[in-house]
Amino acid sequence: MSSQVSSNRAFFNQLKKYYTWYTGGFIVFVIALAVLEQLGLPRVWIGYVFLFATIGLYAGIGIMARTADIAEYYVAGRRVPAIFNGMATGADWMSAASFIGMAGGLYLQGFDGLAFIMGWTGGYCLVAFLLAPYLRKFGQFTIPDFLGARYGGNLARFIGVVAAIMCSFVYVVAQIYGVGLITSRMTGVEFTVGVFLGLAGILVCSFLGGMRAVTWTQVAQYIILIIAYLIPVVWLAVKHTGIPLPQFVYGAVLAKVTEREKVLTADPKEREVRDIFRQRAAEAKARVDTLPKSWEDGKAAAESRLADLRAANAPMTEQKAAEKALADYPKTPADARKAWTAQVESNTARSAPPMPHGEPFYSGNPDPKKAGAERDLKRLNFLALTFCLMVGTAALPHILMRYYTTPTVNEARQSVFWSLFCIFLLYFTAPSLAVLAKFDIYTLIVGKNFAELPGWVAAWQKVDPRLLSITDINKDGIVQLAEIAIGQDIIVLATPEIAGLPYVISGLVAAGGLAAALSTADGLLLTIANALSHDLYYKMIDPNASTHKRITVSKVLLLVVAILAATVSAQAPADILFLVSAAFSLGASAFFVPLVAGVFWKRATKWGAVAAMIGGMSVTWYYMITTQPWLRGVFNVTRPVSDYLWFGIQPISAGIFGLPVALALLIIVSLLTPVPDRQTQELVDHVRFPNLKGDGISTLST
Amino acid sequence: MRLTERHNEYWSRNLNLTLVLTIVWFTVTFVMSFFARELATINFFGWPLSFYLGAQGSLIVYLIIVWVYARKMDQLDHEYGVNERVD
Repeated sequence: MSSQVSSNRAFFNQLKKYYTWYTGGFIVFVIALAVLEQLGLPRVWIGYVFLFATIGLYAGIGIMARTADIAEYYVAGRRVPAIFNGMATGADWMSAASFIGMAGGLYLQGFDGLAFIMGWTGGYCLVAFLLAPYLRKFGQFTIPDFLGARYGGNLARFIGVVAAIMCSFVYVVAQIYGVGLITSRMTGVEFTVGVFLGLAGILVCSFLGGMRAVTWTQVAQYIILIIAYLIPVVWLAVKHTGIPLPQFVYGAVLAKVTEREKVLTADPKEREVRDIFRQRAAEAKARVDTLPKSWEDGKAAAESRLADLRAANAPMTEQKAAEKALADYPKTPADARKAWTAQVESNTARSAPPMPHGEPFYSGNPDPKKAGAERDLKRLNFLALTFCLMVGTAALPHILMRYYTTPTVNEARQSVFWSLFCIFLLYFTAPSLAVLAKFDIYTLIVGKNFAELPGWVAAWQKVDPRLLSITDINKDGIVQLAEIAIGQDIIVLATPEIAGLPYVISGLVAAGGLAAALSTADGLLLTIANALSHDLYYKMIDPNASTHKRITVSKVLLLVVAILAATVSAQAPADILFLVSAAFSLGASAFFVPLVAGVFWKRATKWGAVAAMIGGMSVTWYYMITTQPWLRGVFNVTRPVSDYLWFGIQPISAGIFGLPVALALLIIVSLLTPVPDRQTQELVDHVRFPNLKGDGISTLST
Repeated sequence: MRLTERHNEYWSRNLNLTLVLTIVWFTVTFVMSFFARELATINFFGWPLSFYLGAQGSLIVYLIIVWVYARKMDQLDHEYGVNERVD
C-alpha cells in the first residue's frame, strides 16, 4: 500500500513539473508572437502559427501517451490525481458553446441567461454526492458497465449503450462543427476543410492512447483555454475600473449599464428607429395576410422593375441588384409565408426597447396583467431549464466516465471539487464579460458617427453579418442602439479588439475556443467508441476477445465514429445549438434515475430500470418532436405547437417531463417485480463503502 | 458479508449529510430563483441580490458544498474504518 502511495506522490510531482514548464513555455510562446507581430508578422500568419503549434502540441502529447494496455486505454490507468482530473474534466466539460457562446448569450438574455451559468455548475453537486464516489468504487470502464452489473444483464447495458450514443453523438457533431468554424476563421480555409483539419486534431489525441492520451491533452487544453479566456476580460476590467479583477468590480458597471438602458429607452432617436422596425413588421404582416395575392404582386413588381431598368439601359450595378432581388424572391407562396413570417418576427424583435440586463424575467408588455403572466412563464422556464441542465450534467456519460480514472474513492470526491473549481473560473467570469462588453457597446458605439466607428466593427461585419451588423436605419448618420444587431458569438471573439489588445490575443482566443471544442470532442468520441467496443462488442458479442483485439476494435470504431460525425457536421445541420441542449434532457431522463437508484435504493430492479430508461427517453423525445421547430419539420408535425406545449415549457427543457416519468416507472415497476438477488444487494453494499473489509466482491477492472 | 451496526451508522450519516447538502443546493438554486424578482430590489455591493446570486453567489455555494462533502466524508471514512489506505 505505502509503495503505491509514494509512487503516486512521485507521479504527482512529476506531472506538476511538466505542466508548470508547459504553462511557462506557452506564455513565452505568446509573448514571442506578440513581439513578432510588432515587428510586422502578418495577421494570417499568427492564425496559422497558433493553429499548427497548438494542434502539433496536442498531437505530441497524444503520441507520447500512446498505449496498448486495457486499463490505460480505458481509464488512464486509474492514477490521475484529483486536481489533474479536475482540469481534464473542466476541458472535457467546457465546449465551444461555453467558451464562445456563453458570454454572448448572457449579453443577449441578461438575467435569464444565468440559467446556463447555474445549471452547468450546480450539476456538479449532484455528481459529487450522488454518483462520482460510488462509480469510482465500482471501478469499471463505462457507464453501461454499471447499469449492466447493477441491473443484472445485457438488456440494461444495451439500453445504456443506446442512450449514451444518442446523447454523445449529437453533442460531438456540434463540437466538430465548432472546430470547423474556428479553424476556417483562423486560417481562411473553407469550412469543410476546417472540419477535417479539426478532425485530424481530434484523432491524433485519442487514437493512439485512448483515455490516457485524452486525459493528458485535456489538461494541456484546459490551461490554454483558461488563459485565453481570462486575459482579455482582465484587460477590459482594468480599462474600465483600474482593477484587474473583473469578477469583483463589475457590479458598478452593471449599475451604469442599467442607467444607460433607461436613457436609451426614452431617447427620441432610438424611438424613431424602433418605430421604423415596427412599421416594417406591420408591412410584412400585411403581406403575409394577403397571400397568395401579395406574392404574385411582388413577383410581378420585381420582374417589371428589372425590365424597366434594362429598357432604360440603367447602370449595370442597378440591373444586377434587380436581378438578384428577383432571384432571391420566394419561389412559391409557401416559401413567401415562411420568409415573411420570419421578417415579422425579426422586425418585431428589433422594435423592442433594450431589455434591462439585471432584471429577472423581464416582460415589456404594457398590460400589467399580461406582463405578470409572461413573467411567471419565464420564471417557470428558467427553473425548468436550470433543473434540466443540472440533472443532465450529472448524467452525461463522458463526464461521469472521468471519475473512474482517479486512484481512490476519496480522490474522486476531491476531484469533483477541482472539476467544479476549474469550470467555475470561466463561468464566474462570463457574466462580468457580458456586462463589460455591453457597457462598451452602449457607450462607445452608440451615439457615434458612422464615419468614426472603430475598425473592428467593419471587419467583423465583413466576416459574417449575422455576428455583427450596424446599419443607419433612420439615416441620421449616428449609431442608435436599435440599429445594432449582434450575434452571441461576437462577444468573446471581438473582446480583444474591443479592449484594444494586439491581434495576437485574438489568435489566442481562437486557440482557446479550439482547445475547448477539441477537448470536448475527444471525450465524447471516446465515450461513443468505448460504448460500442467495450459494452457492445466485448461484453455482449465476444467476451473471449483478446486484449489486443479489444483495443484494435476500439480504435477502428473511434475512427469510424469520428468520420461519421465529421461528415454530419460538414452538412451543417440546422439548429445545432438545440441538439446540444437536447443531449442534456436526454441524459437526464435516461441515466440519472437508474444510476442514482442503483446506489441508493437496493429494491430497484432490472425491470424497473429498463422501464425508467425507455419511458423517460420516450417522453422526452415525444415532447421535443412535437414542440421543437426543426424536429417538427423533420417528423412532419402539423398541428399548432400550442396544442402540444405542457405548462408552456420550452422544448429545450423537455427532460423535466422525462425525469419524473422515469422516476415513477422505476418505483412502480421495481415494486411489482421480485427483490434483486443477494449478489446484486452485495454489489450495492460494495459500492457504498470505500473499503468494505471482508467483502467478497471485487469489481475493479484492470 | 453481513454489514455491522457501524456500517449502517456510517451509511445513515452519509445519507444525512447528502440530504442536508441537497437541501442547501435546492434552496440556493430554486428557492432563490423563484423569488428572484423580489430579491432584485436588495442591493448587494452594487449588484441586485438576485443577479449576484445567479451569476456568482450560487456558484460559490456549490463549490463549498462539494468541498464540505469531500472533507466530511473523508473524516467519516476514517472514523468508521472504511477508509481506503493506511498512510
